[in-house]
Amino acid sequence: MIGSERLLLSGNEAVALAMTSAGITLGTGYPGTPSTEILENFSARGGRAQWSPNEKVAFEVALGAAYGGARSVVTMKHVGVNVAADPLFTAAYTGVPAALILISADDPGMASSQNEQDNRHYAVAAGVPMIEPSDSQEAHDFFLHAVAVSERWHIPVLFRMTTRVCHSKTIVTTGLKQEPETPAPPAYTRSIRERVMIPAYARPAHRRLRQKLAEIAESNEASPLNTRTDGVRTLGIISSGIAAMHVREVAPDASFLKLGTTYPLPMGIIKRFAESVDRCVVVEEGDPYLADSIRAAGVRVDAKPDMYRFGELNVGRVRRILANDTSPEEPVPSGKPPQLCKGCPHRVVFEAFRDLGCIVAGDIGCYTLGVLPPFEAMDTCVSMGASITVGLGLRHVLPREQAVKVVSVIGDSTFAHSGLSGLVEMVYNPPATGHVVVIVDNGTTAMTGQQEHPGTGRTLDHEPTGKLVFEDIARAMGIKEVHVIDPLKEEGEFARLLAGTLAKEQPAVLITRRPCLLAAGKIRAYEQRDLQQKEACDANGK
Amino acid sequence: MPTGSDVVNVVIAGLGGQGVIKASDILAEVAFRAGHDVKKSELHGMSQRGGSVSSDVRFGNKVWSPMVPFGCADYLVVLSSDQLEVNRHVLKKNGVTLPAELVDVSRLGSPRCVNVALLGALSTHLEFTEGLWNAAIRSGFPEKLHEMNIMAFQLGRMSTKTAQ
Repeated sequence: MIGSERLLLSGNEAVALAMTSAGITLGTGYPGTPSTEILENFSARGGRAQWSPNEKVAFEVALGAAYGGARSVVTMKHVGVNVAADPLFTAAYTGVPAALILISADDPGMASSQNEQDNRHYAVAAGVPMIEPSDSQEAHDFFLHAVAVSERWHIPVLFRMTTRVCHSKTIVTTGLKQEPETPAPPAYTRSIRERVMIPAYARPAHRRLRQKLAEIAESNEASPLNTRTDGVRTLGIISSGIAAMHVREVAPDASFLKLGTTYPLPMGIIKRFAESVDRCVVVEEGDPYLADSIRAAGVRVDAKPDMYRFGELNVGRVRRILANDTSPEEPVPSGKPPQLCKGCPHRVVFEAFRDLGCIVAGDIGCYTLGVLPPFEAMDTCVSMGASITVGLGLRHVLPREQAVKVVSVIGDSTFAHSGLSGLVEMVYNPPATGHVVVIVDNGTTAMTGQQEHPGTGRTLDHEPTGKLVFEDIARAMGIKEVHVIDPLKEEGEFARLLAGTLAKEQPAVLITRRPCLLAAGKIRAYEQRDLQQKEACDANGK
Repeated sequence: MPTGSDVVNVVIAGLGGQGVIKASDILAEVAFRAGHDVKKSELHGMSQRGGSVSSDVRFGNKVWSPMVPFGCADYLVVLSSDQLEVNRHVLKKNGVTLPAELVDVSRLGSPRCVNVALLGALSTHLEFTEGLWNAAIRSGFPEKLHEMNIMAFQLGRMSTKTAQ
């Protein structure tokens, strides 16, 4: 055990620190606010971390590592879990010989997301235990606990954080908790009936999973992650996550049950607590997950009014919840919205869409800002990769004069994430009027803070690696109309190319390639470094 | 206040790229080094694209919520004058506003130092020693930027003294 140290850390930094002390062998993920800094910090601390093309891939790589006996972590934002849900549900059946922690960073209030889905439901749906910290200290300590739970029951654990836990900086004192035992070195042990989910083996696996969850539920009744503070008898509050912090500020005298193990719920503790107070209120951010579960178990509690299901909670809103105040909330003045940077290479693309009257199926990234003035050149934005496929659907059914105006626009990182299967669809089921996919390639995952991706040819820590070349892939798929241009090289060139390509009514891919303004300096430095290394190697005859 | 009257609430507001987050990091670091409980919170994501950014710093004996409740900010530091009105609701009655106009930008080594200069102005209201501030500023920037930012801090510190 290391000595005690007092640090000021974000929740993400605290998790990265705990990953290091827990001996995590591999961290995988896909960048997504508010989860991104976990792997970056783990890597900076010397941990092995890598970006995957998408969350399903990241989950499966981490799962394979766990099957191999290595402690593994996979990080993503809430919507990423939708992408990774397929392996998650069955990994719950197979279990894992070494710890596998899925970190889901939810974004209530949608600071930087397309929805505010509440991923606590995933723990119930998949049947994996869930642990929720409410500040950086807990992010650190609870993570170590999650590793222990995962290895005691050989089950993946959902570690659910939210924006304010991920990004708020609070004080962490290390060395308070027993560090987990050093893991055994990875080694493969064959266990066909546990790992190969044919129906004959999956049926007993489902029964094993339910048995594990029953045992974990019992263990959670005595878990140190759930803390009860007895205050006045007139008011008791049950809470978890960041909401618990607001609650303690608003009602310091109330009796308080703070839950850290939020699936399976310690229903015995909850029942005894609710019975010990005159009025018991559940204060939670997002969906009424706790309130519904507790009521379904026959325990009488007050839930928050439905109006507080929307957006983040804060001290003021928690005060209103406790007062059962459903009067309209005063609107908060809206600040200046973000916009595409002056000189951003994406601007040219959206100007052309606007001027040509395109119907634009959009995607997720900085370029989604093309929906705002002065462009207003985006018609749909749903999920990663949906630009290509939604665009194809529109082309299939719209009247010809509208169909010929449909374009799909997708960023480079998003294309590597979920665009490939959309291109396959375009080749396999081409619309009668063809289609135009524009890949706006700015050489980085700009939106989340300039992370690398398979198209940059550099790893998470910016070292050279294999590179995915989009135009080669498009051509290899049999797409004949493939063009690559620098959108800023010649004024009006992109608009002319787009108009010409639309008129051809063929499946087409246009790639606008120019580095993001904010990342260009760093990209140039990496490229120069790699070139110098290559020249040095060539000179040495290697 | 339920948090105990000892908790000091500061909100720093501005536009993406002005160094709002950097300024709040330095303030939080100062309070941390002074031995206080500290919480700091902001929303990332779209912050580099020129939109509104604000960051909350709270410190004292014990801080619960990381977000400054509306109407509870003791100090509102505003790096861009157009961000004053959209953030005024956070200020408590008799709360102090520290606008960018407090510092003479032409006397700064770079207009990018307005954030640190305003920390200098804020510092005259807080208990922390100059040594703590200097150490936190040094820990927040690469060495080549130390001198420029320490000077910006001094300029801001002087400006309020004359204003008062």
